[in-house]
Amino acid sequence: MENNRVCFRRGIRDGMPIALGYFAVAFTLGIAARNAGFSAVQAMVESLTNNASAGEYAVFSLVAAGAGYMEVAVMTLVANARYLLMSCSLSQKLAPETPLRHRMLVAFDVTDEIFGISIAYPGQLNPWYTYGAIAVAIPGWGLGTFFGVAVGNVLPPQLVSALSVGLYGMFLAIIVPPARKSRVVLALVLLSFAASFLVSRWTLLAGISSGIKTILLTVVISLAAAILFPVKNPGEEEQT
Amino acid sequence: MKNIWIYILVSAGVSYLIRVTPLVLIRREITNRTLRSFLYYVPYVTLAVMTFPAIVEATQSPIAGALALVVGAVLAWRGGSLFLVAAACCLVVLASEFILL
Repeated sequence: MENNRVCFRRGIRDGMPIALGYFAVAFTLGIAARNAGFSAVQAMVESLTNNASAGEYAVFSLVAAGAGYMEVAVMTLVANARYLLMSCSLSQKLAPETPLRHRMLVAFDVTDEIFGISIAYPGQLNPWYTYGAIAVAIPGWGLGTFFGVAVGNVLPPQLVSALSVGLYGMFLAIIVPPARKSRVVLALVLLSFAASFLVSRWTLLAGISSGIKTILLTVVISLAAAILFPVKNPGEEEQT
Repeated sequence: MKNIWIYILVSAGVSYLIRVTPLVLIRREITNRTLRSFLYYVPYVTLAVMTFPAIVEATQSPIAGALALVVGAVLAWRGGSLFLVAAACCLVVLASEFILL
């Protein structure tokens, strides 16, 4: 394993572009936070402690809709369920003798991007590499959210309207590339669009909060897909 | 009246538990195929459900949101980065609402 200081510096270098992207995305997240009644400081603390775009967005929209604490807990669990899988594979990337304190610190900022560069690190992961990336990425994320709430206020409505789709653009950047590679994922994305549209227009379900609808649709569609189209385990022979 | 700090505490606690539990407890990969598959599909489904029709409802003009959806999807299909796709969607809405409104 290389020198910790060298690894930390390399992490800072690789974390820079992530930090810039985070700032812009978090800014749009801040606009959603403001609509939910969060102050700039509250929204920044939410970002610094959650580090999850979809999860935080779900929390802000639930709070805006007046949801309960339990609803928020369940939605956070569902929206961030992918980090469970990422943390699983990240645990394979760390040396088995890695002390508990490093495992607990690395866990704090398992995001799509930090996970991505940590997994791409050659050989076993030196936690200091991840810390370097986190050291620049987290401030970008937190400050972006802060300014989204603080400055989103004085921006003209055209600019707010434009920035509020930034987050959806980011979601597209996450879901579309795997949909290109897998027909099942492509079909699931299209099915999810259609189901979400139908449910939002279905007057019988008008009394149910949008957060609960998201949870139900996610669990039903993902579970059906898992049963009908199970993904292959690594190392298993190609089938069908 | 609900307290925003409690919402923050709840979401932060759940987010951290999700990430720390596997790293601390599981040193082997999950082998249950259905559970693996479920966890694999969840992000795509939940992000798709949250994106549409919300993207069309977030803008002042629904047409601008629809255009952003198409442009964002095409750019992402062609391998555009997170930052590029997000920025392009914003610019599309800004430009199209300038013309439409």
